[in-house]
Amino acid sequence: MFPSRFRYEAPRSLAEAIGLLHDGGDDAKVLAGGQSLVPLMKLRFASPELVVDINNVPGLDYHRTDPDGTLRIGALCRHADLEHSDLLKTTQPTMAAAAPLIADPIVRNRGTLVGSLCHADPQGDWASVVLALGGSVMARSPRGMRAIPMADFVTGPFQNVLDLDEIAVEAVIPAARGTRAGGYLKLERRVGDFATVGVAVALELSGETVTRAGIGLTGVGGSTIAATAAAEALTGGLLTADRIGQAADLAAEAARPRTDHRGSAVYKRHMVRTFVVRLLSRTEAMAERAA
Amino acid sequence: MTVVYEDHEGQSTGDVPVRRIKFTINGQKMIAEVEPRLLLAHLIRRGLGLTGTHMGCDTTNCGACTVLVDGRPVKSCTMLAVQVDGREISTVEGLATASELHPLQEGFKEEHGLQCGFCTPGMMMAAKALLDANPDPTEEDVRWALSGNLCRCTGYQNIVKSVLWAAAKLRAESGS
Repeated sequence: MFPSRFRYEAPRSLAEAIGLLHDGGDDAKVLAGGQSLVPLMKLRFASPELVVDINNVPGLDYHRTDPDGTLRIGALCRHADLEHSDLLKTTQPTMAAAAPLIADPIVRNRGTLVGSLCHADPQGDWASVVLALGGSVMARSPRGMRAIPMADFVTGPFQNVLDLDEIAVEAVIPAARGTRAGGYLKLERRVGDFATVGVAVALELSGETVTRAGIGLTGVGGSTIAATAAAEALTGGLLTADRIGQAADLAAEAARPRTDHRGSAVYKRHMVRTFVVRLLSRTEAMAERAA
Repeated sequence: MTVVYEDHEGQSTGDVPVRRIKFTINGQKMIAEVEPRLLLAHLIRRGLGLTGTHMGCDTTNCGACTVLVDGRPVKSCTMLAVQVDGREISTVEGLATASELHPLQEGFKEEHGLQCGFCTPGMMMAAKALLDANPDPTEEDVRWALSGNLCRCTGYQNIVKSVLWAAAKLRAESGS
């Protein structure tokens, strides 16, 4: 298999890349890691006339924190960079748990977090993680830069709100006000398969009290789902067995799974509940040890 | 190097977008003219005749086409050839010297790390990247590093043993 014919441009600056997209209109696509776009082009699900490869744009491969603790992940930061990041291991438990579960180790060398958000696959792991963390996407166009909350970024399966001449240049995770806790659990048939079910839990704790909670669900709907009612049920209290059970029930209710070859809708919903309980129980144990 | 392009009705030869790229493969400097849609795997196999890199699934699953680009393993069926402009590629052909097998190749021979052999080049290149970064991996490290490479014959046991054998030999050679 190979893609249909396209014009290829490899700009050396963002301004040049945006100019190319502006002129390319509806028929242009940005190529970053290419681990979703190239397979789609080979299968001819995508046949862009212009491919704007941003891999030669310098200064986009970073992930770093601002002095206030805000985490920024550049458009060319690969999954493998995040998997091996000491910064994430020490400051971002949910992201550190998710990074080694993205695709497979070879794909992680090319694929990018920002690209994964843009691709908006309902089974994409990063979107749930960024949703749970209350993150956003910074997008640049000829009209300037804007921040798009992750909750507004995805509009449906494989659809996002970016304008045709807009490039997602970084993902932003706001600083935690309390101690971060949480994790990511993914049910997959084998390494590299899409998630049957994935659950991201991101908490901020002040002592043992939850001051902020976010729960993101992967693979159980037409897009990744923010289980907001479940997260609200956790906020402002201790992680008791009752509250954990209540949040798990609400998260399972928020899921919209469909029966397919990976499992029945009932099974997937049950796994959402199970994963929420597991992640929160683990956090509860950690909070107790710390207290 | 001769490259033959598919002809579409009504197009002139000038309509085929072609780019000239420079790269190094297994230590040898090359210049190639490629159509942007040419995949790296096709450049390696058809353009350069290096058929040790195998095409298995063609859908980014199996890892048989794994090569190293600037030392990092990538699935060459999922990267455009134009993207290796200025970069360094290593394929399985670059492992052995004229007279000596690479310890990884020896390991696969000693520990019976292959049956049909189709996945082997990809396994070896993924393993090479692992051993370059971590000369003393645990069995768990090896299994993790090879989890993007599928084998339908061996059940993986002997592949893991082969890589651990190679790691031990490389460590002995470097005297650590």
